Amino acid sequence: MGKIASSGSKNAAGFMGWLNARLPVTQFYKDHLSEYYAPKNFNFWYFFGSLALLVLVNQILTGIWLTMHYKPDADKAFGMVEYIMRDVPWGWLIRYLHTTGASAFFVVIYFHMFRGLLYGSYKKPRELVWIIGMVLYLALMAEAFMGYVLPWGNMSYWGAKVITQLFGAVPFVGEALVEWVRGDYLISDATLNRFFALHVVALPLAIVALVVLHIAALHTVGSNNPEGIDIKQHKDENGKPLDGIPFHPYYTVKDIFGVGMFLLIFLFIVFVKPDMGGLFLEHDNYVPADPAVTPLHIKPVWYFTPFYAMLRAVPDMQMGALIMLLAIVVLFFLPWLDRSPVKSIRYRRWPFKLMLGLFTITFVVLGWLGMQAGSVTLTRIAQALTAFYFFYFIWLFFYSRNEKYHEVPERIEDH
Amino acid sequence: MKKLHLITLGLMMFSGLASAAGDAYIGEHVQTNIRSTDSLRNGARTFMNYCMGCHSMEFQRYNRVAEDLGLTEDEMMNGLVLTDAKFADKMTIAMDPQDAEQWFGKTPPDLTVIAKARGLDWLYNFLINYYLDPTRPTGWNNLTFENASMPHVLWEFQGMRKANFNVYEDEDGNEHKEFIDFEVVEAGSMSEQEYKDMVRDLVNFLDYSSEPAQLIRMSYAPWVLLFVALFTFLAYLLKVNYFRDIH
Repeated sequence: MGKIASSGSKNAAGFMGWLNARLPVTQFYKDHLSEYYAPKNFNFWYFFGSLALLVLVNQILTGIWLTMHYKPDADKAFGMVEYIMRDVPWGWLIRYLHTTGASAFFVVIYFHMFRGLLYGSYKKPRELVWIIGMVLYLALMAEAFMGYVLPWGNMSYWGAKVITQLFGAVPFVGEALVEWVRGDYLISDATLNRFFALHVVALPLAIVALVVLHIAALHTVGSNNPEGIDIKQHKDENGKPLDGIPFHPYYTVKDIFGVGMFLLIFLFIVFVKPDMGGLFLEHDNYVPADPAVTPLHIKPVWYFTPFYAMLRAVPDMQMGALIMLLAIVVLFFLPWLDRSPVKSIRYRRWPFKLMLGLFTITFVVLGWLGMQAGSVTLTRIAQALTAFYFFYFIWLFFYSRNEKYHEVPERIEDH
Repeated sequence: MKKLHLITLGLMMFSGLASAAGDAYIGEHVQTNIRSTDSLRNGARTFMNYCMGCHSMEFQRYNRVAEDLGLTEDEMMNGLVLTDAKFADKMTIAMDPQDAEQWFGKTPPDLTVIAKARGLDWLYNFLINYYLDPTRPTGWNNLTFENASMPHVLWEFQGMRKANFNVYEDEDGNEHKEFIDFEVVEAGSMSEQEYKDMVRDLVNFLDYSSEPAQLIRMSYAPWVLLFVALFTFLAYLLKVNYFRDIH
């Protein structure tokens, strides 16, 4: 609190003084940038938080420009996208930035979440950071799904049909719920309009608000690091963590480098391979929505396929939907499922390393399986992997209780 | 559970049964060059002469095609376009969709983005793999797209061929049809190579039409990436400089 008084007197004069007396701009800047102390040992995995923010800004800006030229009308929507691609100056670039951005968002978020698994960033005192992050992930999934419906291609249509049908798995009110979500008995203009409203207004507002909460919660407890050591335990006489460095300029400068690396890959895709061979923009979505023609192979975009593989692995649809839901819900409880006092993988022993490795492979292979046409063998594999996905959390709960680990140092060593 | 039937239907698409139907015959890979203006012009000419009777390109404008293919308004409108369309018009057709459905059983699809939906190899193989089949209403069948409702529009050039199949039953009594070869019934006005070149140019034009911006996109790509690479290198130096004292 002494800081406020001193900074207040220092900036009492001039425009900033006038401003700070009314709105604590300088204090805010200090709290979150120039005097927010982050551990000095951030590595590669710590780029993805700021990259997620970059992609969010990209999605919002390109999204605003896309809405200037798009009409959510079932008769026109498919043509509107082609209009943007051809007749709107630079429309193709704006659209590809947006479509590639959608996939990039999930790439970045999956890396960001995996970082949390590696270094135990979800553990006390960061449980809320993790939970808000999980809600963000859910909001992002809803945002991506509804955005995918807007081009009104045939995969938009049938994808929307299959996914909204999942609400039918809810006992008793299922059928009514499906109708309520669609706004009609089937996927129609009404569905397109409400998905547009949710995609461009409701969900982006929710996502931005959640990002603010996510960062506010993080800055309250401070950032974790690859060592999993709490830097607040050792402070100098001014109360600054000895192993911390101010976020600005150190990590702003470092993150700019990360942004450069990211943009090299991102813009390569935008300019050279925006379809990613059907992975980011699916072939069947270049056919206009047609309720009479089912695509040969209905599949969601790659970022949903691990969960889609689980849905398909279960023969009973209602159970499948439940398993898919549980696969996401279980992640919310991770801070309490992992009971080990050690955060970072660096000080955990081989059983944890092995199991996390297998869990990661499981998730990736499930993603691949979700894209395949499917066969008896592939379904068997998907069933086994789905079982392992859940087994991992059960194993973690019991294993971590009396886990043997390496001694964690007091301080972050020089490197 | 009536409400679940549709999902089940959607999911059945993944069963082995459905996947077999997706195996289109792709015998040859096509090599196209989107930068070859000559090839694109040939393709545009073929498209407007032979495809546009039935197929529209409702999102494509004549003036954009002319600009990208280096054609003047006169060359485009008097040399290539057979209708009284205006230069800035979209490449639509006069055929009534309902008539079309009656004549062919299915309205011929718009072809603006067909190359994105089907892929170049599929289109190329579709157009070179027609054969005579008296059991079909049009008299034609297709190896790549079995029982296609479209007749062989370019038959004058390729000629007429019939296909030889090896038909056999497996131990489960299921009938299998295995393609052996084509047999020329009546030669066309072009050699096989000339015909394939013509189809290649047409496919190239369809590829262009599916995304005219790819010409700009690809030409910008090296410069954009070079700029970002330079930016990243400078950012790296800056980062190293700042972290010099952090241990």
